[in-house]
Amino acid sequence: MTVTRRTFTTSLTAVALAAGLYAVPAFAQETIKVGVLHSLSGTMAISETVLKDTVLMAIEEINAKGGVLGKKLEPVVVDPASNWPLFAEKARQLISKDKVAVTFGCWTSVSRKSVLPVYEELNSLLFYPVQYEGEELSKNVFYTGAAPNQQAIPAVEYLMSKDGGSAKRWVLLGTDYVYPRTTNKILRSFLKSKGVADADIMEEYTPFGHADYQGIIAKIKKFAGEGKKTAVVSTINGDSNVPFYKELGNQGLKATDVPVVAFSVGEEELRGVDTKPLVGHLAAWNYFMSIKSPANTAFVKQWSDYAKAKGIAGHKDKPLTNDPMEATYIGIHMWKAAVEKAKSTDTDKVIAAMAGQTYPAPGGFVSTMDAKNHHLHKPVFIGEIKADGQFGVVWKTKGPVRAEPWSPFIPENKGKKDEPEKK
Amino acid sequence: MSTVMMSPQALQQKRGLLLGVRGWTAVLSALAVLTVLIPLLNRVVPADSVFHLSDYAVGLTGKILCYAICALAMDLIWGYTGILSLGHGLFFALGGYGMGMYLMRQIGRDGNYKSDLPDFMVFLNWKDLPWTWALSDSFIAQMALVVLVPGLLALVFGWFAFRSRIKGVYFSIITQALTYAAMLLFFRNETGFGGNNGFTDFKRILGQPIATPTTRITLFIITGATLVGFYLLARWIVNSKYGRVLQAIRDAETRVMFTGYNPLAYKLSIWTLSAVMCGVAGALYVPQVGIINPSEMSPSAGIEIAIWAAVGGRATLIGPIIGAFFVNGAKSWFTVAFPEFWLYFLGALFIAVTLFLPQGIVGLFKRFSRSAADTANDAANRTHA
Amino acid sequence: MRCLFWIFCLLGALCPPLVFALTPEQAGQIAAGDLDDRIKTLNAVVAEADTALEPFVKALLDEAVKTSAGKAYIVADGKTVEAATGKPAVLPADAEDTVTNNRMRRELESAIAVLRLVSPDRAVRAAAITELKDQVDEGKLGLIDKATTAETDPELKARLQLLRAAVLISSDDPAKRLTAAKALSGSSSPATRSLLLEKLGSEPDATVKAAIQAALDSVQGQLVWGERLGLLFTGLSLGSILLLVALGLAITYGLMGVINMAHGELMMIGAYATYVVQNLFKNYLPGAFDGYILVAIPAAFLASALVGAVLERTVIRWLYGRPLETLLATWGISLVLMQAVRSIFGAQNVGVENPAWMSGGVQVLPNLVLPYNRLAILVFAALVLLAMAALIGKTRLGLFVRAVTQNRRMASCVGVNTSRIDMLAFALGAGIAGLAGCALSQVGNVGPDLGQGYIVDSFMVVVLGGVGQLAGTVYAALGLGLMNKLLEGWAGAVLAKIMVLVFIVVFIQKRPQGIFAVKGRSAEA
Repeated sequence: MTVTRRTFTTSLTAVALAAGLYAVPAFAQETIKVGVLHSLSGTMAISETVLKDTVLMAIEEINAKGGVLGKKLEPVVVDPASNWPLFAEKARQLISKDKVAVTFGCWTSVSRKSVLPVYEELNSLLFYPVQYEGEELSKNVFYTGAAPNQQAIPAVEYLMSKDGGSAKRWVLLGTDYVYPRTTNKILRSFLKSKGVADADIMEEYTPFGHADYQGIIAKIKKFAGEGKKTAVVSTINGDSNVPFYKELGNQGLKATDVPVVAFSVGEEELRGVDTKPLVGHLAAWNYFMSIKSPANTAFVKQWSDYAKAKGIAGHKDKPLTNDPMEATYIGIHMWKAAVEKAKSTDTDKVIAAMAGQTYPAPGGFVSTMDAKNHHLHKPVFIGEIKADGQFGVVWKTKGPVRAEPWSPFIPENKGKKDEPEKK
Repeated sequence: MSTVMMSPQALQQKRGLLLGVRGWTAVLSALAVLTVLIPLLNRVVPADSVFHLSDYAVGLTGKILCYAICALAMDLIWGYTGILSLGHGLFFALGGYGMGMYLMRQIGRDGNYKSDLPDFMVFLNWKDLPWTWALSDSFIAQMALVVLVPGLLALVFGWFAFRSRIKGVYFSIITQALTYAAMLLFFRNETGFGGNNGFTDFKRILGQPIATPTTRITLFIITGATLVGFYLLARWIVNSKYGRVLQAIRDAETRVMFTGYNPLAYKLSIWTLSAVMCGVAGALYVPQVGIINPSEMSPSAGIEIAIWAAVGGRATLIGPIIGAFFVNGAKSWFTVAFPEFWLYFLGALFIAVTLFLPQGIVGLFKRFSRSAADTANDAANRTHA
Repeated sequence: MRCLFWIFCLLGALCPPLVFALTPEQAGQIAAGDLDDRIKTLNAVVAEADTALEPFVKALLDEAVKTSAGKAYIVADGKTVEAATGKPAVLPADAEDTVTNNRMRRELESAIAVLRLVSPDRAVRAAAITELKDQVDEGKLGLIDKATTAETDPELKARLQLLRAAVLISSDDPAKRLTAAKALSGSSSPATRSLLLEKLGSEPDATVKAAIQAALDSVQGQLVWGERLGLLFTGLSLGSILLLVALGLAITYGLMGVINMAHGELMMIGAYATYVVQNLFKNYLPGAFDGYILVAIPAAFLASALVGAVLERTVIRWLYGRPLETLLATWGISLVLMQAVRSIFGAQNVGVENPAWMSGGVQVLPNLVLPYNRLAILVFAALVLLAMAALIGKTRLGLFVRAVTQNRRMASCVGVNTSRIDMLAFALGAGIAGLAGCALSQVGNVGPDLGQGYIVDSFMVVVLGGVGQLAGTVYAALGLGLMNKLLEGWAGAVLAKIMVLVFIVVFIQKRPQGIFAVKGRSAEA
C-alpha cells in the first residue's frame, strides 16, 4: 500500500489518539482529590449509586464550610460497573493517575478484596461503609459498616429471647458468596454455643440474581412445621430480596409464625416491594431512617433537599436514607477531622489521627472510631417492617458496641491481634 | 455463513519467508516496541518526564494484549473457518484459573488464616485440598493444565458438536449455554474455586513478589512476545494449504464435503488450537490483573471477544488485534470521562460495525488505500493519455 | 317530658355504644410497659370474652394507639378517643406510639380470634377457628369449651373439638391425652404435625406415645399429597413463565430466522410499561388501582411491539440471511436499550405492586398455598398461547407470515408485501415479549437487568423445542420447568440449572433439530 498523505495523516491521528489515552493531565493542585469507587451500572448499581451521591452531598457540604485545610475537595467519580477486576483497575487509576488522597467505595466483599492489594501496595486509604463478614483488618482500610458482632449476633440473640419469639430452629438462608458463608459459619458456632443442635439448623444458598423462591419457601415451611418455633436468618443480597419477599408474602408465611431477619435489606431494598404482607419481618442495622432524633431529622432533610436539587432518580420523589449512607456520611466527616488534626493528607499521618475520632451520628448517638482496630463503635437496632415500608424499632442496645473483626466464634481466629498487622 | 471475500493478492502464498519484507519489518518493530521500548519508557525514563509510561498504563496495555490474543484466536475460528463461538470466555477463564490455582498456593501461609489452604477453603471448613488441586504446587504441572484443560474441553465438546454437524447460530447458542453453565458451576463455593470471590490477593510467582514493577514489566514483555509469536503462527497456518481448506469450509462447507475433505478434522483442530490460545492468554492475564472470578466466563464476555474481531476486521489477523485495542481503549476512556455513555457507545459500535463496516477497521483502511491507489493510477493514466 | 325521654333514647341509639368492659388502667397496661405484663393483662381481659373489646385490640394491631402517662388513646381519622371509655379526648403532646413486635402481634391476633369464636356470624367463627389452629394454650380452654357448647354448626363443632384436642394433648391426665391423640389423627394440618412431633419426644406414657405415633403417620400421609401437588405446581408455574418468555422468540427465530439477543430487553420494556401504567393509576385513578393490570397488558404489548417495529425497520431488515451478524447487532441494541432505560428510570429497581386480587394465595390443602399471581400467570400464558395459535393459524396475517417463512420469493410473487409482513411479524414477537415482561413484573424484580436473567433460558427453550413449531416451544417450556423444579428439590437450585443446561447441550448433539423438527430433507442435516 503506497504511503500517501492521506494514509500518513490517518496513521498519525491514530497514533496520537492512542497516545492521548495515556496522557497524564498536569495542572496545579489547588484541591484535595477524593475518589468515589462505587458501581454505577451492573447488578450492584441498585445499592451503590446512592452512596456515590451521599459522598458528593457531603463534599458539597464540606466545601460550603470552607473545605479542608483551606482547600476545596474535588470528587473523582469512576464506574467499576459491578465488575471485580475493573474495581482493582479503577482503584489503581484513582491512586496513581488521579492522585486521590482517600477513596470512599466498594460494597460487596469481592470488590473490597480485589482492591485491597492495590491500597496496601500503594499505601492509600479506603473507607468501606457496608456491613460485612469481618475476618479482615487492613492498615489501609477504615471499616464504617458493621462487623458480625454488631449486627448478626445481636439479631439472633433477639430472636432467641422471649420478646423475639423464642426461636429454637434456625434457617440460615443466603446468597452464595463469602459474606453469607462466613456470617453463617459464625452464627452456627454461636448457636452451637447456645445449645442448638445441628439438626435444628438448615443452611441454604442461592446464586446471585436468583429469582424463583417457590421451592425454598416450601422447604422452609416444611422445616418450620417440625415441632419447634423457627426463625429465618437471611443474608440474601441485592435484588434477589424482592422475589424472595414477594413469594414469602404470597405463600402466607407470616412473621408471627416464622419471622425472617435480614442483614442486607434496608429502606432502599424495600422500595420495590409491597410491604403490607411483610409486616413484622425484621432487619438488623445500626441506623434506621425512622429513628427519632434531631440529628436524624436534619440528615434526612439534608438528603431530601439534595436529592430534589440534583434530580436524583427515585429519591427526588421519595427520599430514603439507609445504614450504608449514614456510614459513608460519618466516614467522610471523620476523615476530614483526622486530616485537620494531622494537618496533612499523608496516609500514615491520617491513619494515626483517625484513632479515637468521634462524630455525632444521624442515628442519634456519638459514633467513635476505635483507637486500634479501624472499626466504628456502633449501636444495634432491630426493626420490624411496617406497612409503609419503614422500619419500626423494636429493640436496641443500650449504647454503642465495640467491633470484633476477628470473630471469637471462628476457631482459626485464636491469637489474632485486634489491630492491623504492619506490612 | 459469513462471506468475507478477500482480494486476490491476499491468497498468494508467500513461500519460504512467510511474510514479505514489509511484513517482517512491521512484526519486528512491533516486537521491539513491546519488549524494549515500553519497558524502557516505564522503568528507565524518570517519573516526571512526559515520556514516562506509568505502571497503570503498563498494566492496562498488558491486559489488552491478553485480550488481543483472544481476538486473534477468535479470528482463526470465525474469520477463517466461519465458526462463531460465543463461549470463548470459558477457555480464557479456565486458563486463568489454572494460573490462579498456582498463585493461590504460592501465597503459602501469608493469607489471613495462616493456613496451608487458601483462605476461602478455610471459611468453608475444608480440611484438605480437593483432588482438582492435586498438582497446584508445581508451576510446570499447572502450566500444563493451562494448556490441557481448555484444550481437552474444546476437543470433547467440538468432537460431539461438529460430528452432529451443528452449525451456525445453533452452535453459537450452544456455546453460550456451555459457558453459562460453567459460570454457574464456578460461582458455587462448593465447587472449590473460590466461588464469587474467585482468586485474589496473590503474593508471589516463581519466588518473585508479584506486585513489584519488575515482575509486572517482565510479565508484560512475555505477553507481548506471546502475542507476536501467536500472530506468526496464525499467519503461517492461514497461508498454508490447511488454511485454504479452512477458508473453503467457511465459504461453502457442503461443497468441501463433496470434494472429498472431511471438515471434522479441520474444524476440530482449529477449534482446539484457538481454545488453547485463549487459555494461555488467560494465564498471562491473571498475574497482571491480580484477580480471577467467574464473571470472566459470562456469556457477555464471550460476545465481547467476537466484537473485537468484528470491529477490527475479520479474516485479517491484524484486524482483531487492532479491534481489541480500540474497543478496550475506548472502554477505559469512556468509563472515566462519560461513564453513562459507555454502553451507548459499545452498543452503537456493535450495530455500526455489522451494518456499515462488515470489514472492520482494517477494511476501512483498505478502502482508503485502494481509492488512493486508484486516484494515483488515474493520474498516471491521464498523464500517459 | 316524654319527648325528652324519647329524644334521649334516640340519641342513645344513634350514638354508637362504645362501652368497653375495660378499665382505663387495664387499657394503659396493655398499651405500654414490659411485654410479659402487657400480655398477661391482655389475656386476663380477653377471658371475659366481651366482643366489644375487639375495636381496641384491632386499633393496637393497626398501630393507631398512643399512650401518655399510663392512659391509652385511639387515634383514627384524625379523631382521638380514650381507649377505655370511648370518650373523645385531646391527645397530650408527649404521647408516644405503642411498640408492637411479633410476639405482641401474635397475642393480639389470637385474642381477636378468641373473641370472634362467639360471634353470631358463621363465617366469622369459621375464620376465627382457622386463625387459632396453631396458637392455642391452656388459658383459652375455658373459652373454647364455652364456644363448643354454644356451637350449632356440626362442621365447626368438629373443628372446635380438634382445637380442644390440640390443647388437651398437653394435659396432665394421660387418659385425656390418649383421647386427644386419637382425635388429632383426623387432622391434616401442618400445625398438628408440628404439635405431634413435639409431644412425641416428651411423652412418658407408652400407650399415649403409640397413639401419637399413629396419629402422626396418618397426618404425614395426608401432608405428602400437598407436597407433591406443590412441586407439580411450582414446575408448571416456572414452565408457564418460560413459555411466555420463549414464545416471542419462537416467532422471531422460528418463523423468521432472526436471532434477537435484545429479546430480554423487549421484555424489560414491557415490564417498565406496566410500571408506568401502575404509576398513572396511583396518581390519577387511585380508586381503580386494582384494575391497572388490565390496562397494562395492552400497554406493554404496544410499547414493545412499537420498539420492535422500529428496530426491524432500522437495523434488522438489512441483516436478513446473516444470522450471526443479526446476533451481534441485536446484542448491541440490547446494550443501548438497557442504558436508555437506566438513564430514564434510574439504575435502581422500580417497585411494581400486585393488585389486591393478585396478592396472597388460595389455600387448597392445609399445607399448600397457591399464590394468586402465579395462578394468574398460568392462565395468562395459556390465553396468550391460544391467541397466538389462532393468529398464526386462522388469520390472514398468520397466513402471510407462514407463506413468507416457507417461500419468500413465491409469496412475493403472489402479491404479499414481504417487507411489511417482516415488520409485523417481528413486532408481534416483540409484543409478546412485552406481555412476558408484564407477567414477570408481578413475580420478580423490575430493573434494567430484567432481560439478562432470562435470555439464555428463552434461547434454550426455543432450541430444544425445535425451530418453526409452536408446539415444540410449549412442550419444551413445560418440560424444562418441571425438570428444573424436580432436580431442584434433590440437588439445589444451582446444580439443577446446570444439569438442565448440560442436558440440553447433550440433547442437541443427539438431535440437533430439537424435539419437533420441521420435516424435510436437507443436505445440512
